[in-house]
Amino acid sequence: MNATIPDIRARFDLRFPEFHLDVDLTIPGRGVTALFGHSGSGKTTLLRCIAGLERAPGGHISVAGEVWQDGDHFTPTYKRPLGYVFQEASLFPHLSVKNNLEYGRKRVDASHGHKVSLDQAIDLLGIGHLLDRKPDRLSGGERQRVAIARALALSPRILLMDEPLAALDLARKQEILPYLERLHDELAIPILYVSHSPDEVARLADHIVAMEGGRAVAQGPLVETLARLDLPIHLGEDAGVVLDAVVAERDAQWQLARATFADNPEAGVWVRDSGHEAGHHVRVRILARDVSLAVTRHSGTSIQNILPGVVETLADDTHPALALVRVNVGGVKVVARLTRRSAHDLGLTPGQIVYAQIKAVALIG
Amino acid sequence: MLLSEGDLQAIVLTLELASITTAILLVLGTPIAWWLARTKSWWKGPLGAVVALPLVLPPSVLGFYLLLTMGPHGPVGQFTQWLGLGTLPFTFWGLVVGSVFYSLPFMVQPVQNAFESIGDRPLEAAATLRASPLDTFFSVVLPLALPGFITASILTFAHTVGEFGVVLMIGGNIPGETRVASVQIYDHVEALDYGQAHRLSAVMLVFSFLVLLALYAWRPNPKKV
Repeated sequence: MNATIPDIRARFDLRFPEFHLDVDLTIPGRGVTALFGHSGSGKTTLLRCIAGLERAPGGHISVAGEVWQDGDHFTPTYKRPLGYVFQEASLFPHLSVKNNLEYGRKRVDASHGHKVSLDQAIDLLGIGHLLDRKPDRLSGGERQRVAIARALALSPRILLMDEPLAALDLARKQEILPYLERLHDELAIPILYVSHSPDEVARLADHIVAMEGGRAVAQGPLVETLARLDLPIHLGEDAGVVLDAVVAERDAQWQLARATFADNPEAGVWVRDSGHEAGHHVRVRILARDVSLAVTRHSGTSIQNILPGVVETLADDTHPALALVRVNVGGVKVVARLTRRSAHDLGLTPGQIVYAQIKAVALIG
Repeated sequence: MLLSEGDLQAIVLTLELASITTAILLVLGTPIAWWLARTKSWWKGPLGAVVALPLVLPPSVLGFYLLLTMGPHGPVGQFTQWLGLGTLPFTFWGLVVGSVFYSLPFMVQPVQNAFESIGDRPLEAAATLRASPLDTFFSVVLPLALPGFITASILTFAHTVGEFGVVLMIGGNIPGETRVASVQIYDHVEALDYGQAHRLSAVMLVFSFLVLLALYAWRPNPKKV
């Protein structure tokens, strides 16, 4: 953690008739932190408490060294230097896109200068051609892009996003995700991103806070946290790891690219070539259900990606017939899902050498 | 000449009364409507009922109580006398006070509905965009509630024009002061002057129809984004 960037501290204890939010978190003051959990886990309530939209008496929140709430002190939302993106775009229907963008911007104290220019926000979200339209003349995806640009144009100290893609269909999601990735890559604004979608988290997050029943049950860097087998929230079919990688070579004949792992450049996987140049940083996602294990190296298999490694731990999966096995491939952790019978038949124990056969790899970002 | 001078005077007085009442209720009714739309207080029910009372109360009942309150021995009457203003009954401003009470629900209810249909989200969005609550009210709430305000103003205006019972109770029948069109028609009928009554009634009928036509024809689609 960079010492010059203060962390975000959040402590809330808020009781509802059927729900109790009880968190005490330190969130890194940089990158994208996903607040991840099933609906009803309290992630949106936490975000609203951070924004001051929900009042949690006795709570504490400080962002970038500035205390927004502590004891009797409560800075109202409109005085907090934040940007907020709601699940539904919530544009002002009586204002054009341009005036929506300027609404917050002209109310910001500009004496310190804007970190993000209006043109930059318009550019990043690709909404230059929409400026004169009214919100009711926009598609759902366009609206959400305007809402994100509107929040960005404030040059906020932190950007809070409450499931910005949840109300959109798959095509609209695919339309917006690249813009979100650009935010991540090009702006130094920490983002708190609420989501229940493992896909979005895998693509966007650097850190993850897993929420369940109003509590933060696990948190840490994404790559490490996803490789934990004792993660208290069960991802089911979405269990798997995300790995940082670099495009090492491209095979024009077969339209494949080889991505080597940042944590172990010796090892890598072949993926479908998505046009990235060699040297480009990418993320690969390997789902546990796509990894099988063998105790000897097989030949005569269709599987191209076979990584030798050492069994680290075994754990039960959600279904009693299934087990999760974490394999260490020279520092890179891969999780495989097997039936407990195969684990037993293979006699898998920690320290054993195995070959992880990876059937599918998704290249994300 | 279609209408007599007395008729014209009554029409002008009626329009004056309706305009002033509408203007006062815009200022007075808006905060009441906002409070009713936003509060979670226990008082919402009772206050809402009081605002709606003129809808069901016979105008003569309302007029009777106003007459007592504003009369020389009523609390308001004593106060206005102490201010050196005399008493309000049988004056134009007495009618204005009566009309404000009488038309209150016609202003408050449409505006309250407009406020309620805006919901929390635009207010929260404005707060995250650095707008203070007052700023939000003027820059977001008022524009979004504009159709409600227009409906409420037209209804209030038209309802005040149609007022009769309250006027008779507290205004009496003073030409140029409290003799509004509805009372003028009543006078014509009392005097068996049916020709005059017909003409003025026709004017009122056409006017009322046009007002309501404007209200129903101009119906903006509420848009939610």
